[in-house]
Amino acid sequence: MILLHLFWEYFKIGLFAVGGGMATLPFLYDVSDKTGWFTYTQLADMIAVSESTPGPIGINMATYVGYTVAGLPGAVTATMAMIIPGVTIVLIVARMLEKFQGNKYVDAAFYGLRPASTGLIAAAGVLVITISLFNTELYAATGNLADLVSWRGVLLAAVIWTLTNLVKPTKKLHPILYIAVSAVVGVVFSFAGV
Amino acid sequence: MKEYLDLFIAFIKVGAMTFGGGYAMLPILQREVLEKRGWITEAEMIDYYAMGQCLPGVIMVNTAVFVGQKRKGVPGGIIAALGAVFPSLVIIVIIAASLTAFSDVPAVRNAFAGIRICVVVLIINAVVKLWKTAIIDWKCAAIFAVVCGLSVFTDLSPVVFVIAAAVLGNVIKRLEAKAK
Repeated sequence: MILLHLFWEYFKIGLFAVGGGMATLPFLYDVSDKTGWFTYTQLADMIAVSESTPGPIGINMATYVGYTVAGLPGAVTATMAMIIPGVTIVLIVARMLEKFQGNKYVDAAFYGLRPASTGLIAAAGVLVITISLFNTELYAATGNLADLVSWRGVLLAAVIWTLTNLVKPTKKLHPILYIAVSAVVGVVFSFAGV
Repeated sequence: MKEYLDLFIAFIKVGAMTFGGGYAMLPILQREVLEKRGWITEAEMIDYYAMGQCLPGVIMVNTAVFVGQKRKGVPGGIIAALGAVFPSLVIIVIIAASLTAFSDVPAVRNAFAGIRICVVVLIINAVVKLWKTAIIDWKCAAIFAVVCGLSVFTDLSPVVFVIAAAVLGNVIKRLEAKAK
């Protein structure tokens, strides 16, 4: 019975949360209020874990919430319920797109859409840069301009950029290698300051 | 059968190697699905990602379904989606079952501070590659600049930008046709 209830709650989240994992949060606070399955504090822990593991945050959250509520069956139920609405809708849209391929209105829409989509990705990059390369809090506390920029971070970014763009033998390496090396560098030089 | 398996495995890789939001998926998707397997073009990748953002659900899963559907129809779409969520299921269940204070471990926090920086550079590289496909004239460059700026400085939903850009594309094409 609880699995059915869990399925229904996550089906609604999958249907109405548009725009990434964080968009599911208001729904989860609401579920917490209504059902008492988990507390706000537990939810905060789940967010932290979901952000620091691979995979989409929304899916990680669904698995975590489901597991907390009803163990492994709960984890599978919540995750499947979360993706069923999106998968169904995308399948329909994809079929329609095939039908309208070469249609001049659809082509014109994509002409405008592609630069906009690229702009959104660039904006996401800018936001991650402000989080990871600037210490706005430290700067506000000390007022020292040298504290504003995380120099070690900038150095790591510069090295990775050079290796992925300018150095021929390393240019074509798989991105996961750079991610793994950066994780090691982060631990060795305690990038988070802990 | 082998093709379904390959689709499943490709998206397990994308799911397992994406750290951060939906945009962090792009460098991995570019490598695994586009460069290594040639299943989609750059233009299709941008289109799928744009539409994946404004449809309900999870951006990565939605994008996976578009790719899977293109390759193997409805079953392909479903298998790609299952592949994309599989690593999350395994990893989160293990963590939830064992260590609850996972994200408080200093090594984890330090590692992720390093990973975030790497992801920034990978995204910049991805944008530079996409730029050549998406920005084909000065009007596209203007759309790029306006959307990027507004998205950084306002809280407007991506849905607004995507719909407005699709309409604008039609307006521009119509004006161009009239001018001829």
